[in-house]
This record gives sequence, structure tokens and C-alpha cells, in this order.
Amino acid sequence: MPEARQVQGIDRREAIRRVTALLGGVVFVGTTDLLTAVEHAHARAATSHAQVGAFTAQDVALLDEVADTILPETKTPGAKAAHVGPFMALMVTDTYDDKQQGVFRDGMRKLNDAGFMTKTPAQRLAFLEQLDREQKAYMDTRPQGAPAHYFRLMKELTLFGYFTSEIGCTQAMRYRETPGRFDPCMPYTPGETAWAGHA
Amino acid sequence: MQAQSYDAIVVGSGISGGWAAKELTEKGLRVLLLERGKNIEHIKDYPNATKAPWDYPHRGRRTKAMEAAYPVLKRDYPLNETNLDWWASDQESPYTEVKRFDWYRGYHVGGRSLMWGRQSYRWSDFDFEANAREGLGTDWPIRYADIAPWYDYVERHAGISGSQEGMAQLPDGQFQPAMPLNCGEELIAGRLKQHFDGRRRIIPGRTANLTQPLPGRAPCQYRNACWLGCPFGGYFSTQSSTLPAAMATGRLTLRPFAIVTEVLYDRDKKRATGVRVLDAMTEQTTDYTARMIFLCASTLNSTWLLLRSATNVWPGGLGSSSDALGHNLMDHHFRAGASGRIEGLDDKTFYGRRPTGFYIPRYRNLFGDKREYLRGFGYQGGASRSGWSRAVAELGVGGAFKDAAALPGPWTIGGTAFGEMLPNPANKVSIDPTKKDKWGLPVLAIDCATGENEWLMRKDMMNDMAETLEAAGVKDVRTYDGGYWPGMGIHEMGTARMGRDPKTSVLNSHNQVWDAPNVFVTDGSCMASTACPNPSLTYMALTARAADFAVSELKRNNL
Repeated sequence: MPEARQVQGIDRREAIRRVTALLGGVVFVGTTDLLTAVEHAHARAATSHAQVGAFTAQDVALLDEVADTILPETKTPGAKAAHVGPFMALMVTDTYDDKQQGVFRDGMRKLNDAGFMTKTPAQRLAFLEQLDREQKAYMDTRPQGAPAHYFRLMKELTLFGYFTSEIGCTQAMRYRETPGRFDPCMPYTPGETAWAGHA
Repeated sequence: MQAQSYDAIVVGSGISGGWAAKELTEKGLRVLLLERGKNIEHIKDYPNATKAPWDYPHRGRRTKAMEAAYPVLKRDYPLNETNLDWWASDQESPYTEVKRFDWYRGYHVGGRSLMWGRQSYRWSDFDFEANAREGLGTDWPIRYADIAPWYDYVERHAGISGSQEGMAQLPDGQFQPAMPLNCGEELIAGRLKQHFDGRRRIIPGRTANLTQPLPGRAPCQYRNACWLGCPFGGYFSTQSSTLPAAMATGRLTLRPFAIVTEVLYDRDKKRATGVRVLDAMTEQTTDYTARMIFLCASTLNSTWLLLRSATNVWPGGLGSSSDALGHNLMDHHFRAGASGRIEGLDDKTFYGRRPTGFYIPRYRNLFGDKREYLRGFGYQGGASRSGWSRAVAELGVGGAFKDAAALPGPWTIGGTAFGEMLPNPANKVSIDPTKKDKWGLPVLAIDCATGENEWLMRKDMMNDMAETLEAAGVKDVRTYDGGYWPGMGIHEMGTARMGRDPKTSVLNSHNQVWDAPNVFVTDGSCMASTACPNPSLTYMALTARAADFAVSELKRNNL
């Protein structure tokens, strides 16, 4: 419908203003509060590179570099710019059980023992490519109930953290908080990035 | 000072209670609407409605702390970071599980109307006649013709979008234009017409999301964030639809934090006189009187309240003169189905986050089909292009891997069945005298199990979807049965059922308690069977119908 089509390509504030107009000038009590709350949340979204739970700043730095090797800067920013290291530390701390935390921690130790942080970017990539083949071979054949490979855990958290970050949603992919319309079928041109989902 | 006497009291403010409040106030009654939890004001109290994924510290996922605090809710998807505040606290709302029963509740104004799935389907005479035909449970005291005008009525106000399909088992209605199938679904729906004699049909989901504006409400903006509350009023909830209408009459008093501890009953007049309310904040008790009471507190809570009421007359509670009160607890069993990959559509995509999908109406045990189980199931599903999460299991690290993960992936399609559960008196709730909640109320004990008919049906629920998709050319089809325990469907029904005989039912054909004609129960507890389509639209229609009857009876001095 024509009214809804107008909403395409505008921001949230404008969308709410226009819908207010659509409703014949009915003023939404609380709309301003809503926007203020959202803006405050944005201010809090900046994550520092300090200690997270039991993860030291060095631990977080290692995770940042692992993540940034899995998802490096290309024509869009990489995982480190999206604060994926501290996010992984937070998720392991708050959502992993003791057993999973042990697997993850052992993996970090193995990466340190292999001198991951002292490698060049090219060496890191080669190292993780080999590790990725190992984890996939293990994960595709592991017995039921066997623990996940630590690098599968790191890779999952890296992808999740990056593609739900502001950079991942709005730069690597496309994000529109209020699409305003539904087009059930349209041409897809190769290379067009995906639309990120809502929270 | 709040008045203590009203024309009507409505207990519960969810889908049914909101409708009762709207109908009764619009017919001129002064109504007290009681809600055990806090108030949630439309728009103002939807703090997460426009948050982005990155605004949540755990991006929506559950934490160990949340799992520890919500031992029941954690059993399925409702435990999450985005709207946790709207799910009742397991710790403050204990119950006894004689057998595992997952009870997911919303204790606040609006109840689960804020978080519901919004799928809205009419039931047909295949459903209303089933008990009588098979000699199971008790016969529904109504037929489709009795409820059809009330479906018309509630659909217009609630705003249901859907397509007219002419299917006897899923009657058409007063729909706004459907949210269409996307190109993946359209392709498969088209191919499916050549198979199974055209009996397995993929149609657009019928959903309580607007495609056209209604007064005070804008059409859906395709955000698919409904369960955070919609700032546009795009979906039906108490807050967006029935509460504003009731408020506009000037005759509604809404009282949050009001736990109804019992319905007050006068044994001489054989009528309820009001309700006793415990204030959840002050713990003070107040009696409110009214000429009629509508119980709309959700199936198990309305039943729990009846079990606690008029025990000086009936030790088993108000409505227990039959053998039905607390028995025949039912739900929809689900979490079984199949999914696969669609080839040949890589040059197509879609735009916007549609808050519904497709529906495959029931085809089993209909039109000459006969299975080894009774009744049937329908499917809810959808097609889409897969997202970045497909990359987790793929081989790869580095820049090319990253850029590929940011592109839309292959088209996938899948459907999950929702199956009918038969009435069984052994599936019951009762008062557990050994355990009390923080308000001093003896808790509810739930004793309910999935039966043989359901287990037999589940095989078809899983395998039929695979057969359907494969017939339509879907590749890499995989089946699943994620397991099911009663309650997971969040479609509790049946523990104060309607019927034709006071000996075998709690309510008559107008949702009146046989033993107290000025008490009406119109939530899911009134259902004599579950059918397989989602039940909420039927609660709306039954509530509006009962309210109309109640007011006419009041005018005739029959209450």
C-alpha cells in the first residue's frame, strides 16, 4: 500500500513520525521516551578492551586477534573493530557451563603455546586454516555427547558476535529497523549483502 | 477511594479478559478489570521495541544466571534476553509437577496477548462435532453456526490478515488482505497442487497483524519484533485493541497487582456475589461485589481459582459438582516436522520481515482419509534465504569467508506440525495442600501426559512434511522431532469445559458455570477439545458471544 511504501529508506525516528501522521495526528505518549531509551543503549554499546570476568586484558587481546583472523577487515571492518574479543569473553563467562569453559580455556592455552600472538597476519591465517580443517573433521565425526572442538566454539562466537554487532549488521550486511513494507519476491543481484534480522 | 461495587468483574486481562472488558463496558456496564501483575502501558512500556541486536549484552541469548532463575522457562525458547521481563517468575509462581508440565505465563496487564504467536484460525464443524462423532470427552454444546457470527465480529475489530481459500476444514472469514507467500513458498505451493490430489495446500498464514490501518493502529511495518510490543499497534494485543476500546467508554476500572484469591458465592441465592482480592504489593485483602463475574485468567489460573472457591458448598470448588473441573487438560503437541533446500531461485529474494509464514491446513482423517490415530494436525512454516549462521559449520576462515557469509545463502523451507491432543480425564490439575506460594495460596498440582494417539500422530507429523517437501522438489530434506512435553504449545485448554450436561461439564453452551449462572469462564479452560488450529481467535469469539448473552440475561433479570 502506498503509505507503507513511503516508509522505506527512512530512519526509525522518521518512521515513527510518519506513522503518527498516518494515524491522523494521534500523538503516541512515550514515543520520545522510547527514542531516548534507544539512544542511551547505543551510548552503552561501546565496549572497552579491559578485563572481562576471569579473562585478562591479554586473554581478550588474543580473542580479538583470533576473531580478526577469522573475519578480517575487507571492504568492511573486521571482527576486532566490532569488539568481538570482549564479546566472546563475556559470552563464555555468562553462558558457557564449566565443561565448555574448560574446553574454551584449554584452546586458548594451545593458541598461546603455539605462539599465535607472535605470528604475522599471514602465519595466523595459515595456522587457523589448518585448525579449521581439524575442527571440522572432528566435529563431523565426533561421537554423540563428545565435547565440541574449541575452535568451533571460537568460530561460532566470532560469527555470532560479528554479525549481530552494529558493524556487522549495518556495514557487512544491511539493517533496517523498520522495513515498513514487505515485498515477497524481488530480483537478487549477485553480491548484494543480506538483510540483518531484528533483535 | 476505589469503588467496591461494579456491574461486572473480569478476572485477567489477556486475550479473553480484554475482550470481556471491551464487550461489557461497550454494552453499558461498569466493569472492574483485575490483573494479578503489573501494568504495561501501550508503547510507553515497550522499552525494547526498537532496540537493535547489538543493544543486548548477550545479543538476545540466555545466560546461566537466567537459567538458574527460570527453571521452567528455560526448557524452551521463551527464556531469552529480549523480553524476559514479560514472562512470569518461576520462583514467585511455583506449581507442582506430578509429571513434567511446562507452564509459560505472562503475569501483567495484557497477559500473553503481548507475546503470543498471533496465528488466527477459525475452527470448523469437523472440530466441533468430533467428540460427539467419536464418543470422546463431551460433545461441544455449540456448532460452527453458533460461533460464525462472533468470528466475524472479533476478526473485524482485532484485525486478522489472511486469504480466502474456500476450505471446509478452515473456514474463511472477515480478513484484511493476506501477507503473501514469498517466492520460495509460492514456488513450492504451486508444485504441490500437482500432488496428493491437491489436499495438502500451502496458504498464507492468517495472523493478527494488520495489513490495513484500524482506528488508533497502523499497519504492520514488517519489523517482526512483535513480542517486544509494537509501537505501531501493528498486532492485536489487549493494549493495542481491546483495552483502548474499553477505556474509551469511561466505564472501565483497571486494577493491576490484584490477585483474586476466591470467587465469593452466596449458597442461598446460588449466585456469585463478587471476588476477594489480595493486593500483591500491600498484601491487603479487599472484597469487590458485582452482578456477574467473567473468569479470563487463562486456563490453569481460572481453574485454580474455581478449585479454591465456594469450598464450603462443594469441597472440590465452584463447578466441581460435575466430574469435569480440573480434568481433561490439553495442549497442542508440536516440534516435529521437516525442512530442506529449494533450488533454482538464487536470483530471487524478498524484502521486509514478515511476522508470519505459511500454513498447511489439516488433511488427515478428513475427506475419506483414515489413519490409525484420531483427528489431525496443521503445519506452520516458512521459506527464506539462509543467513550468516550457515557459515558456522562450513569450512573457512579469512576475508573471502567473511564476505561470503554476509551474503544471503540458499533458499530453505520448513514446517512444524501442531497436533490435536485428545481429552483424557486422567490429565488433571488439583490443589496441592502441601505447598504454598508467597501469597499463602496452596499451589496447583499438574498431572498430565501425552497419550498414545498423540505419539502415533507425531510420526505422520514428522514424515508427512518430508513427503510433502520432497514431492514438491525440495532437496536435502531432513526430518526432526524435537521432543514434546505438555504445556510447551502454550495452548493449555479444557479444565473447565463446556458441555450439554451438568454432570460431565463445568460450563453450559454460553460459558456459564452450571452451578453459578452469573459466573462465566471464557478462556481456554472452556474448550471441550483442542482441534489443531491455534485457539486464541476462538477464545475471542466465545468471549464476545458470552458477554452478549450475559448482558441480555442481566437485562432479563436472569442473573
